[in-house]
Amino acid sequence: MAKANVIARTGNEAMAEAMRQINPDVVAAYPITPATEIVQIFASFVADGLVDTEFVPVESEHSAMSACIGASAAGGRTMTGTSSQGLALMAEMLYIASGLRLPIVLADVNRALSSPINIHCDHSDTMMVKEAGWIQIFSENSQEAYDNMIQAIKIAETAKLPVIVTTDGFIISHGMERIEILDDADVKKFVGVYKPENYLLNLERPITVGALDLQDYYFEHRRQAIEAIRNSKSVVLDVAKDYAAKFGKSYGLFEKYKLDDAECAIVAMGSTAGTAKVTIDTLREKGLKVGLLKPRLFRPFPKEEIADALQGMKAIAVMDRSDSMNGQEGPVCLEVKAALFDKGLNKAVINYIYGLGGREIRLEDIESVCNDLSSCLKGKAVNKINYLGVRD
Amino acid sequence: MKDLMEFRWHGRGGQGAKTAALLFADAALASGKYIQAFPEYGPERMGAPVAAFNRLSSKPILLHSGVLNPDVVIVLDPTLMDSVDVTEGLPETGIIIVNTAKPASDVRKELNIKPGIKVFTIDASAISKETIGRDIPNTPMLGALIKVTGILDFKEMLADTKKKLEKKFKSKPEVIEGNLKAIERAYNEVKS
Repeated sequence: MAKANVIARTGNEAMAEAMRQINPDVVAAYPITPATEIVQIFASFVADGLVDTEFVPVESEHSAMSACIGASAAGGRTMTGTSSQGLALMAEMLYIASGLRLPIVLADVNRALSSPINIHCDHSDTMMVKEAGWIQIFSENSQEAYDNMIQAIKIAETAKLPVIVTTDGFIISHGMERIEILDDADVKKFVGVYKPENYLLNLERPITVGALDLQDYYFEHRRQAIEAIRNSKSVVLDVAKDYAAKFGKSYGLFEKYKLDDAECAIVAMGSTAGTAKVTIDTLREKGLKVGLLKPRLFRPFPKEEIADALQGMKAIAVMDRSDSMNGQEGPVCLEVKAALFDKGLNKAVINYIYGLGGREIRLEDIESVCNDLSSCLKGKAVNKINYLGVRD
Repeated sequence: MKDLMEFRWHGRGGQGAKTAALLFADAALASGKYIQAFPEYGPERMGAPVAAFNRLSSKPILLHSGVLNPDVVIVLDPTLMDSVDVTEGLPETGIIIVNTAKPASDVRKELNIKPGIKVFTIDASAISKETIGRDIPNTPMLGALIKVTGILDFKEMLADTKKKLEKKFKSKPEVIEGNLKAIERAYNEVKS
């Protein structure tokens, strides 16, 4: 028989379950496909009295993030969820949340941005806000989405920075999988009681939030935020260590799969990493020494660690589920290339833009990536930027 | 039987194809299996053809691409077969189970199904009308699926489903009784 804490949940249900166990003070949200269920399920927890949360149904995502900022500045543990156009509408307020150093946690279900209008998965939405000062954590499956949400609250409150946790739209958000969940009491103990240092409702020590900050101090305050996001890498690791010690589940800055003895590597985030692992198993049997590096933490980008992990590779395929529309490579590829350059590593790096708007990514697609890597190892010329699975 | 099994459910929007996939996954989970259940990622409208999918394995399932070559196809609505190729991607050793009053040989002939593929039929609509009082063929089809594939222990599955229904329909004991009866009858009555 299965253990009592093994359950079947979709990605959205898993994220809502984590939110129930965290029991935040405030959730303000506006529905959007495919993230709607997260806050819809959470709203039912509120209605059923399973949480003590003040749920604020608002009229737009801009308002949702504004309400979250107000609640967090007031001293409340605050969470929300959105996707795609919703995240885009929040963009203005996302910068304010990070600038004010507010530890809000946002569940984002990755979905393509319009236009053309599309409701399916790609990573364009979170990539659009990669410069917003939010820590970004990607999840491969429902289990990771659940574990990442619980760790995110602690990361946010320790680093005094907001965190986005992602899942792949529909593929994970609407796919039911086996997940292991923790006991309510264990989660409660792990996340602890939120004690903000400075907050609006602290009448003993009144503060001003959001004051005008011109040439004299703006730069110093931004510099502090820049340093905070740089340092948050160690916070992510500390929280992961604590999580592993308490619950025996190990998370890091990224996951390595059959990478240590590999000659070439695939770099992929989100659900595709799972499909890549299956392909890697098959091709290893055929003699190709290929491995996977799956970034978990995309912001801040752990460049030194990623360059170290990839330094033994002779060829690297970086898979981007979005395009930067910048006339060069996709966002993940550019980060990886910069990381390698700083280590003095001149590697063959091939970029694949794939899965835009939910375009299916199959084993055969990843096998073709591996074949290109194999060609690269044999010294054959390979296109630097490729559009995988698109009709030309 | 291979370790990773893939399933495709065909139905019409509102007929419970997705629910059947979720129920099946949940029952398999209770027996200790790793599971996936997901609907077709398309626009869903009442009455329009829809599909839902399952993967079952004794090991963690890492694959996150669509199911293209299901080992088993379950058809909730036989009228779909005029417009949808329900045998698409079905391997030579595949299994297809159809909710219909017709014998399996008729379905094989109508769909021109290759000899290696096993065809089973069960009048799940009639069973659900008689036991539950409404045409909701998805629960009886679960019974037929388990009989045909032997993938789960039937008694364990029935006990687990009973437990879940009791939780969901506390005030409607007749619904619980009807559903269990439907599953049991389909399990016993499905024919090749």
